[in-house]
Amino acid sequence: MDAVGVSMKRVDGPDKAMGRAKYTADLISRDALVAKVFRSTVANGRVLSLDISEAAKVPGVERIVTCFDVPRYYFPTAGHPWSTDPAHQDVADRLLLTDRPLYYGDDVAAVIAEDEIAAKRALRLIKAEYETYPFVLDPLEAIKEGAPQLHPDNPNNILKHTSGSAGDWDKAIAEPGLLCLDKWYETPIVQHCHIENHICCAWTEGRKIAVLSSTQIPHIVRRCVGQALGRPWGEIRVIKPYIGGGFGNKQDALYEPLCAYLATLTDGRPVKLDVSREETFVNNRVRHGGKFHLITYFRRDGTFVARQMEEYSQQGAYTSHGHSTAAKATNGFVQMYPCEAYRFDAYSVYTNTPTAGAMRAYGMPQVSFAMESHVDDIAKMLGMSPIALRDKNRMPVGYRDAFTGNVNWQDSHGQCMEKAMEYIGWQEKYKACQNQTGPVRRGVGMAIFWYNTAVWPISLEATTSRMMLNQDGSVQYMCAETEIGQGADTAYTQMVAQTVGVPVEKVHVVTCQDTDVTGYGTGAYASRQTYVEGFAIANVGRQFREKILAYASWLTKIPAEELDLRDGNIVSQGEKVMTLEALATEATYSMERAAYITAEDTTQVKSNAYSFGCSFAEVEVDIPLCKVKVLNIVNVHDCGTLINPQLAQAQVHGGMSMSIGYAMGEELKFDEKTGRPLNNNLLDYKISTAMDHPDLGALFVENPEPTSPFGTKALGEPPAVSPAPAIRNAVLQATGVEIDRLPMTPHVLFERFREEGLIHV
Amino acid sequence: MFDFSALYEAYSVREAVALRQEHPEAKIIAGGSDQLVKLRDGKLAGCELISIYTIEELRGVSLGEDGTLRIGALTSFTDVSENELIERLVPVLGYAAGQVGGPQVRNIGTIGGNVSNGVTSADTGATLLAWDAVMELAGPEGTRKVPSAQWYIRAGQVDIRPGEILTAVTIPKGAYEGYSGWYMKYAMRNAMDIATLGCSVNVRLTADKAAFQDVRIAYGVAGPVPMRAETAEAAGRGQPVSPETIERVAQAVGEDVHPRTSWRAKAEFRGYLAQELLRRCLTQSAKRAGGVLHGV
Amino acid sequence: MGFKTITFTLNGRERTCSVDVRMSLTELLREEFGLTSVKTGCEVGECGACCVLVDGRAYNSCIYLAVWVDGKSVLTVEGLRGPATGQLHPIQQAFVDEAAVQCGFCTPGIIMTAVELIGTGKTQSAKRAGGVLHGV
Repeated sequence: MDAVGVSMKRVDGPDKAMGRAKYTADLISRDALVAKVFRSTVANGRVLSLDISEAAKVPGVERIVTCFDVPRYYFPTAGHPWSTDPAHQDVADRLLLTDRPLYYGDDVAAVIAEDEIAAKRALRLIKAEYETYPFVLDPLEAIKEGAPQLHPDNPNNILKHTSGSAGDWDKAIAEPGLLCLDKWYETPIVQHCHIENHICCAWTEGRKIAVLSSTQIPHIVRRCVGQALGRPWGEIRVIKPYIGGGFGNKQDALYEPLCAYLATLTDGRPVKLDVSREETFVNNRVRHGGKFHLITYFRRDGTFVARQMEEYSQQGAYTSHGHSTAAKATNGFVQMYPCEAYRFDAYSVYTNTPTAGAMRAYGMPQVSFAMESHVDDIAKMLGMSPIALRDKNRMPVGYRDAFTGNVNWQDSHGQCMEKAMEYIGWQEKYKACQNQTGPVRRGVGMAIFWYNTAVWPISLEATTSRMMLNQDGSVQYMCAETEIGQGADTAYTQMVAQTVGVPVEKVHVVTCQDTDVTGYGTGAYASRQTYVEGFAIANVGRQFREKILAYASWLTKIPAEELDLRDGNIVSQGEKVMTLEALATEATYSMERAAYITAEDTTQVKSNAYSFGCSFAEVEVDIPLCKVKVLNIVNVHDCGTLINPQLAQAQVHGGMSMSIGYAMGEELKFDEKTGRPLNNNLLDYKISTAMDHPDLGALFVENPEPTSPFGTKALGEPPAVSPAPAIRNAVLQATGVEIDRLPMTPHVLFERFREEGLIHV
Repeated sequence: MFDFSALYEAYSVREAVALRQEHPEAKIIAGGSDQLVKLRDGKLAGCELISIYTIEELRGVSLGEDGTLRIGALTSFTDVSENELIERLVPVLGYAAGQVGGPQVRNIGTIGGNVSNGVTSADTGATLLAWDAVMELAGPEGTRKVPSAQWYIRAGQVDIRPGEILTAVTIPKGAYEGYSGWYMKYAMRNAMDIATLGCSVNVRLTADKAAFQDVRIAYGVAGPVPMRAETAEAAGRGQPVSPETIERVAQAVGEDVHPRTSWRAKAEFRGYLAQELLRRCLTQSAKRAGGVLHGV
Repeated sequence: MGFKTITFTLNGRERTCSVDVRMSLTELLREEFGLTSVKTGCEVGECGACCVLVDGRAYNSCIYLAVWVDGKSVLTVEGLRGPATGQLHPIQQAFVDEAAVQCGFCTPGIIMTAVELIGTGKTQSAKRAGGVLHGV
């Protein structure tokens, strides 16, 4: 029976529904000391002095460490595989604590105490004296001459500037009769808002420092901790249990390095660093805010002739993932609508705001909002349907990207749009919503996207996994690729069962990664887990089967090539020879030839794959109230063959929800006068609730991906890309008003509707 | 662990009043959805608390012989929103209570707490003001009654005197009989939010339903504390039930409300909303009172 | 600092313990009774991950003083399964069957809210049920 392609129930479902799945906080020993971070109250400055004398007297305070005490090993934090090529290594610009705060709330000192009350009391008694500098919150201000400078080696606060072009721009735009649209679009700083905040706990054991952490990337965190503490990487052990969501925030070394360092200062007791919700918003990572300047030259029939983009990506205070999200957005720009000539400039710009890192879909939601809004603005200019305009210009079948080698094998976009149109009733509604009047209006809108799968060839793609045959014939599967809620363990179970030839109930996936035990692999990001594990399971599974069949051959005296392993039985010419259970028991305890059958290998992947899809939305706009209600929305994805349709659908729902929040309400705000965050809590930061959603439609087109052993490709991040521009374009159809910044809050609609004369004040 | 230095628990109103006299500096905690959050922030670190949450006699809704509706101060939002008497006599209040936070917060949050912390965005604050509610307090001298119009002193401060606790919120028969109303909470999302602006209206029409005999309009977040819009009320009182009247009332409210700009919303936007919400609330109220509005 | 001895029913069993009066119900359940299904996500009653039932009603245990459960009955997700059979409660089973579980961190809180909803015995529309689970 096929194990792949069926909606088996999640392997971790019952434990999670029973509340007995253990997360970091559930595993921390009760004797752990509590660490809290003392934070700067300036957005840009220098710590002149810290007076800890009063704080140190608080009963229960064990130790206070300041920025003047910590070792000065600069370290990088990005959840990227390390590169042995120095030119390709992540920027090392962090210290455990800093005397040069670059954003309001920067890490200046840390208190270790018996309990949280003592730690918090001590924080309130630390007195800091700062030299304060002017600060800058906006990337366009930050690149100006005379703006406050954050990092000495980056003039004009530019972390990196990349540009690219193709075709003869001047010749292309010289074509007579071309029309042009030249506009700016803007996206906000948002946060991941996983419900489990980042938390870690560290202790020393032997020569090692162990860190239990809520992370997506245990092996990378191990390396970052080693770098931060100046310790050999082998002396660091990172353990990752179940985690309560990550969405890219935990694809970074967050407070593990500081926590590990603090653990070296105690009498041996573990140190717990539990990040509050308020800190999670601003002291972990955020999504890059973006400002996009798009210029498109096009013919009256809608054909794009020349396209230009300037992108300013708001990096915040530190480098983290650096320019890679901005760079990914430029790929999105170029490959979505290939045409005669294009050119782009992308800048990642430091500002005195929280550090931007990885967040679900990594630069694509930003550029997708800008680009897909821009396309609809062109359609409006031409009086053309948004679908017809896209059909004229979108990535053609057979398109191949020279760098990644990705190929657009099928007309996935066309197939996805067709399904979505039917679901939403596009034809009738699009017509019915043209040229409305009155205070309450409806509209439909859409957007398309493409997305990469995994990180090859920009970075390493390699992972280590191990299969073990238990005495009862069940298969233990241990891998480095982490379950973070997406359902990875269940997908692995299905792929292992299929590859090895055992029922899914006979597969046990080891869910916890411990770098002392688990072989090297990089972790959950880049929508890579199922794709990369597909290769690993196919490779290790083949070796594992061969070993089993070789042993079966020795036992049965039947040549191995005549044997097969199906559904948990050794078969020969269609006849069952013995059960795998019998073989496993015999092998393990054989007095003649004992064998605990295992297979282990590192599998390197040297391919990538395009994932495709679209979003269609229907909205109702109450113009006098300045409110948008999303009435209906659907995502259609071609992520190749579905390993588990039900879990795939759940994954899409989650991504759509994030994008609806991105469209309608989410935005981190800062006080212009101080740089202080204003809404870093779940009340004032308006993540959308179920009451703000209609039922979410999630459909699929399944074109098997030729590069993948299981025909699969990216689905983790893509659902969060296109809903926001689809909603924006539906508002455009309803009202005729172009909303060029996210989120489309009533505040923004109020200003725009007033400018357009739809409301009067 | 919350950073307070002592917890005094009262099980009766008498005990609570005695504790208030013994510990004049102590803060009162009812459901705690406000005070415990402040404590966690370190704002009240080291303070003493008097918990009145355990006073069962302060829970529940009843109707007095004179028709006064009496809501015990510790009645939760859930119980207010689901109460049959409230549904029958002042349904707008039940609706407003149902707009607070989420279900868990409505289970713990109390109507007394909502009006005692003096917060302008309190959903029931504006509504009780529109109903001419009367606050009932118990103190060393006995019972004291404060009309809601005199209840709010400034942001964060209401007329609870030393030794006193709020025991009930009451609405006299004359204040609700014959009135119909509507409440609109304007917020950034449809749940788990605080009001950007709240507008609560109730009206009594003439017997022929042709004119507004009385109009009561109250706002949350239009000023530092919940407030009535007296100019707008006067503009509507005695006027025919018509779109024109509603528009005149909406225009007049500009005289009453002076919202401020904060990072949460600009004054201009709040001022605009004050009119738009009022149009809608007044229209709904008139319709619910049996009025006919042509073309609306 | 004050301690108080309280007696309450926890997942069907009567318990007596001495608690620090400053403790939240989340802390009491997690630290004294090891009921780690009760999660901390915001500590201010916004996220719902710490939701438990007290006398049948859903509360965010992070903003509920532990001493207040004296004389009451507390139910956490650990107390939902049939004690004899070990079977999942129908709501737990529905969450598993419908793939409503992902990272699982807030799942116990959502399940307890759903249990309250069903426990009221009222007929609920899908819209209303969605509202209760997420706010209105």
